[in-house]
Amino acid sequence: MSTHPVAGTLPPVVHVEGEHDIVHIRKTAMWVFLGSECLFFGSMIATFLLYRNATAGGPGADVFSVPFTSASSFILLMSSLTMVLAHNAFERHDSRQGRVWLAGTALLGSTFLAGQIFEFTEFVHEGLTISGSPFGSSFFMLTGFHGAHVAIGVMMLAAMFLLSLSGRLHHDRGLNVELVGLYWHFVDIVWIVIFTVVYLLQV
Amino acid sequence: MAVTAERIALPIPGETGVWSWITTVDHKRIGLLYGMTAFFFFFVGGLEAYLVRLQLAQPNGTVLSASAYNQLFTMHGLTMVFLVVMPIAAAFTNYFLPILIGARDVAFPRLNAFSYWLFLFSGIMIYTSFFVGGAPDGAWVGYSPLATQLTEVVRMDYWAIGLNLLGVASIAASANFIATIFTMRAPGMTMLRMPVFVWMALVVAFLLIFSLPPVAIGLFQLFLDRNFGALFYQAAAGADPLLWQHLFWLFGHPEVYVLVLPAMGIVSEILPVFSRKPLFGYEFVVFSGAAIGFIGFGVWSHHMFTSGMGPVAEAGFGVATMIIALPTGVKIFNWIGTTWGGRLRFSTPMLFSVGFIAMFVIGGLSGVTHAVVPADTQQHDTYYVVAHFHYVLFGGAIFGYVAGVYYWFPKWTGRMLHEGWGKVHFWLMLIGFNLTFAPMHILGLNGMPRRTYRYADGLGWDAWNLVATIGATVIGVSFLVFLWNILWARKHGAVSGNDPWDGRTLEWTITSPPPAHNFDEVPVVHSLDDFWHRKYAEDEEGRLVEMAVVSGGTLVDTDGPDQGGHHEEHQQIHMPSPSYYPALAALGLVVTGYGLVYLSWGWVAVAVGGMIALWGLFGWSLEPITREAHS
Repeated sequence: MSTHPVAGTLPPVVHVEGEHDIVHIRKTAMWVFLGSECLFFGSMIATFLLYRNATAGGPGADVFSVPFTSASSFILLMSSLTMVLAHNAFERHDSRQGRVWLAGTALLGSTFLAGQIFEFTEFVHEGLTISGSPFGSSFFMLTGFHGAHVAIGVMMLAAMFLLSLSGRLHHDRGLNVELVGLYWHFVDIVWIVIFTVVYLLQV
Repeated sequence: MAVTAERIALPIPGETGVWSWITTVDHKRIGLLYGMTAFFFFFVGGLEAYLVRLQLAQPNGTVLSASAYNQLFTMHGLTMVFLVVMPIAAAFTNYFLPILIGARDVAFPRLNAFSYWLFLFSGIMIYTSFFVGGAPDGAWVGYSPLATQLTEVVRMDYWAIGLNLLGVASIAASANFIATIFTMRAPGMTMLRMPVFVWMALVVAFLLIFSLPPVAIGLFQLFLDRNFGALFYQAAAGADPLLWQHLFWLFGHPEVYVLVLPAMGIVSEILPVFSRKPLFGYEFVVFSGAAIGFIGFGVWSHHMFTSGMGPVAEAGFGVATMIIALPTGVKIFNWIGTTWGGRLRFSTPMLFSVGFIAMFVIGGLSGVTHAVVPADTQQHDTYYVVAHFHYVLFGGAIFGYVAGVYYWFPKWTGRMLHEGWGKVHFWLMLIGFNLTFAPMHILGLNGMPRRTYRYADGLGWDAWNLVATIGATVIGVSFLVFLWNILWARKHGAVSGNDPWDGRTLEWTITSPPPAHNFDEVPVVHSLDDFWHRKYAEDEEGRLVEMAVVSGGTLVDTDGPDQGGHHEEHQQIHMPSPSYYPALAALGLVVTGYGLVYLSWGWVAVAVGGMIALWGLFGWSLEPITREAHS
């Protein structure tokens, strides 16, 4: 039981409201998770840098189409802007506009994924495969894991869109726009690094 | 201290039954689940080690085949690291971290449950490999290309997928603990008033957050090599298998601090209580723990001195390895300083703590010898290394955790472990441990290699190997004594009351076992060792003066007539509701894991597991946290 101040010598124990700021707590955990993700992508980028010339006689960076990937990178970066607008709209309690921006973000993310699928298909046709060379293995693993992150982000955006439609999107539990936004911006920033290291430094 | 037997009949107040344990989100129950599971796996891993020792007791041993030996030493290492020491640390952290910082639960109770179930299911998954073609047999470090060969046998797939699932559980738990420490401390509980154990839990959480991703990537790469024809570790295609060693040890070395820092934290709690003095140099202990965390990321390549990294890298990592001995040494001197001039009580927790310091010093000293590159290349992959890391992880970590069990058992159950049996346990374990592992120093320096299932006659290794096996028998007996002590004490141990050791920290201010909400009123903290300063003042000459009302080690009566009144006070405390979604999500992930192991037809399991996991995660995300007010 509690430490009741039985004698006057004991410091007083006062009652304090035990309610913590759940939004702040969840943001802390998300930042910790993103810190972990930095090492996750860092390890794959390190692997790629190690194997950037290990093409085993097959195709290497020459199959990349920098203009195409620049365009899809631009689309992904624009999705960070729409994500900010979505967050801003929900902050203003304008759910209708918030949903528009959520849908826009998910659409831009999906466009990026579609571009990546197209690109992967092209590369495989030109002979760059996961089993062709260490270069291919590390390229497909790095960009593939990033694509999986984008796909999970799109799923969360879609889930938030549907939740908001049924009026069950709450700031303080389940998914919320700010947390998904943090995740989404992180995935975009990682892409800037990947795009630079994989596509730009090679040519 | 008139606590009646009826009052503590239930291990944890609240609901009972299997379903209540599956759906529990109470950090104390989850802590107990972690502890009991880890204790079970400890006996499994110990049995594996004992079979290994029986095989090696004599030259040309015939107890095990080479294949069985490989599986057993691999599973022994994997079990002890991932299924025993990490979860036993998680058990202590889960149970006591919130209480020690004056919180009612961790930041994310359901995520906490998810971590436990994922740990349990992954452990079970890895062990089912024994029944379907054999357990992982490429050592717990799984060096490539050894681990990427033999792709028709799924053993190392179990290892790769199982470890990654365990990693997910650890990252979730670590994020949870960090958020708890940063955001949920009681009023007045500043960072530098937190008990050292909490500080060490914080450092460990950061170590895991940053060290698990590299090995996760390594395990994925290995998995892709084995199943998709990727070439990450195929030297013939121009890849560099050394990459695996870097990714693994970039995790593996911080990991050893993950294993031992919580034990250091526990010992730092126990020594002041049984010396009746504050911890000597609290800030130094805290910051040297943090320093170990930082430097721990810069020493990994001392596991790879024989891999030909070149003199610059070898010198750098050798020096870093010497430097990390400094904060460790600071801690040891602080512990000795804590006991110096104290009024020592050699109860069992104190005995194990002193044993920890002594054994850890030996292990630490043999560790520094690895920093000397020429010496290390001689010791590499010999029994000298086995001796070293058992002195730090068994003599260090396990002694510390056992000390923690004796120290906190009264808080878990309301009853004391038997002191006499505890002392028998201690002396048997200390003697058995040294009989087992001290000879391995000599064997290693005489050139006996690790991980070989038998050795020839007449190499001068026979006698010491026999001694080691006899020692292992003594260790086994000591843990049977421990098990008996626990089983006996749960029913018949002396009733402990709130504060049996005259403790210093917040857990001793509440009942044993604590109520579901921990604190009727959130405590306000005024200093380090707050509870102690509520009990004792000092006179002008620094002698302790007991304050009023302290008698028999308890601050207030625990079963006074005002019992009914308390219920009115904490009617407004909202505790999270039980939930089965975390266990469901964990189950889904493990079903996915099985599918990945048997990829040829396992896509069905991957899909089904993915659906179950999504169902669990969405259900979890959408259900209200608190369905009803706790009363």
